[in-house]
Amino acid sequence: MRKGLNDLYLLRSRSKSEKFVDKGFKTLAIGMAAMVAIVLIAIIIVVIFGAKESIGKYGLNFLVISEWNPVTDRYGAFTAIYGTLLTSLASILIAVPIGVGTAIFITEDILPRKIRDFIGILVELLAAIPSVVLGLWAIFVLEPFLRPMLTSVYNTLGWIPFLGTKPIGPGIAPAIIILIVMILPIITSISRDSLNQVPNTLREAAYGIGATRWAAIFNVLIPAAISGIAGGVLLALGRAMGETMAVTMIIGNSNNFSWSLFSPGNTISALIANQFGEADGTQVSSLMYAALVLMFLTLAVNVIANLVVKKLSLKY
Amino acid sequence: MTKSSIQYKPTTKSKLYFDAKLTRNILEIAYTLIAGIFSLLAILPLVSVLTYVLIKGGSQINFSLFTQLPEPPGDDFLSAGGIGNAIIGTFIVTSIGALISIPIGIGGGVFLAEYSKGGNFSKFIRFGTNVLSGVPSIIAGVVVYSIIVTTGILFGASFSAIAGGIALSILMLPTVIKTTDEGLKLVSNELRKGAMAIGASRFVTITRITLPSAFTPIATGILLAIARAAGETAPLIFTGLFSFYWSNTPTSLLEPIASLSVLIYNFALEPYEAQNQLAWAASFVLLTTLLILNILARYLRRYSILEKR
Repeated sequence: MRKGLNDLYLLRSRSKSEKFVDKGFKTLAIGMAAMVAIVLIAIIIVVIFGAKESIGKYGLNFLVISEWNPVTDRYGAFTAIYGTLLTSLASILIAVPIGVGTAIFITEDILPRKIRDFIGILVELLAAIPSVVLGLWAIFVLEPFLRPMLTSVYNTLGWIPFLGTKPIGPGIAPAIIILIVMILPIITSISRDSLNQVPNTLREAAYGIGATRWAAIFNVLIPAAISGIAGGVLLALGRAMGETMAVTMIIGNSNNFSWSLFSPGNTISALIANQFGEADGTQVSSLMYAALVLMFLTLAVNVIANLVVKKLSLKY
Repeated sequence: MTKSSIQYKPTTKSKLYFDAKLTRNILEIAYTLIAGIFSLLAILPLVSVLTYVLIKGGSQINFSLFTQLPEPPGDDFLSAGGIGNAIIGTFIVTSIGALISIPIGIGGGVFLAEYSKGGNFSKFIRFGTNVLSGVPSIIAGVVVYSIIVTTGILFGASFSAIAGGIALSILMLPTVIKTTDEGLKLVSNELRKGAMAIGASRFVTITRITLPSAFTPIATGILLAIARAAGETAPLIFTGLFSFYWSNTPTSLLEPIASLSVLIYNFALEPYEAQNQLAWAASFVLLTTLLILNILARYLRRYSILEKR
């Protein structure tokens, strides 16, 4: 047997160092991936552990007490929870039609492509503005601009309990507006992506059987893209609930409960941002409890978003 | 079929002609108008914010703004100093966040895209990444405060640049993992098999073939993550805190550090005009930097060799 030829066709077995590097790299990648789990678990443990004292003291009553009083050391987060839910839901309610409308406007061929793409880029750049800059803009530009309008609404509709206080500056209403500005790009860009993904044959078929542009949009395109749109809306809802800086700067940070949209209020994240630095004892624990409630809310929204996207996604 | 059976009979009231007065045709125009107005409403805030930041902040840009330290409110009613240390601080804190989150994120993304076989562990990591990206930024700040700042676990330091960087890295991590995962998935399998076929090991395939070909989407994602982190305030107010001094020695990484975003937050709420003005100037610097980063990321995306496929 000729040795040289045999060697030529022999499979090279991997050297020890090569195997070691290969295995080490895989372990490293698994370890890095596990960091996500570790960080997540650490966050949950820290928040629950920090909230333990307050949970033991107030239990579920914490969610319905509206008193937040560091002097008497009594804490309840109802005002903040109400503020979080009110601001995020109200902003979603207004932002969804505007966002989806914009998305339709820039995916349909109403205007030349270049103009539509430009609008799309502008909306996405809106997402790049940091929330603290939006907060600054809200304090010095938006709120003074809104106040006369809100005051006239109060003067005519002040008998409705939700509008029953005089707008005096920072409050829930400007916070809702700034949240709309912050979540619009999310809703728009996700709706735009899912509308773009609808196969063109669906649109052509709709036009083919005589549908007008908007008949096709309402009856074919939106239903086909609804899973993506709904996912985007829920994602935006989660963002709105957790949003901190811009809201903290404009909501007024008042812990006195009021139903009114025009009165100063609070959200969970604003409460934490404002008080965590100077808090001690039960107050820290109560803030952690509030953080736990916020985490639970955002987690629930995220999980529901995943389920909704799975349930609604069409197969075509 | 004879020709006469399909004869066309003209009628005066044919409904096949376009009639602009039909309800549906009027509605068409109305819907289009509404959508157009909504689009205008959506870009109005951007235009307004940019204009105000450009006018109120841009007008104050001068050399001393970048070289001076900010002054605490009340010292000097005419001037609030500069934002030099805040610019450096934002750079330092964001770099620390990037240094921590990029390797971990790329590693995690490589695992999800290249090694995982759809088992429970990878499902859990994917779910965890989604959940982590939904965690409000203020909670990242609170958690890092509890683990690092109050315990003094980092060489006894309390508020520090490193703590701020760690808080930012928590926010950047999910974005980096997702973009790496998605970028690697765009790499075609033939490339991987080809590399394996000529005898490359898994490690060599990933580091020399798949990661480089997914470079553009990953770099885009990382750039966007950095841009987002640089503008974050909530995770920094309990971790990096703020400082009126330069952070120019290695030990200042263990001390409180200034950042543009926290400076804007603190000074916007001061009742003094000079401080408010400085907040606008800082906004100008921060916003220009972030917009440039975003446009750069957008530009980079065009050169991806993968998305053309």
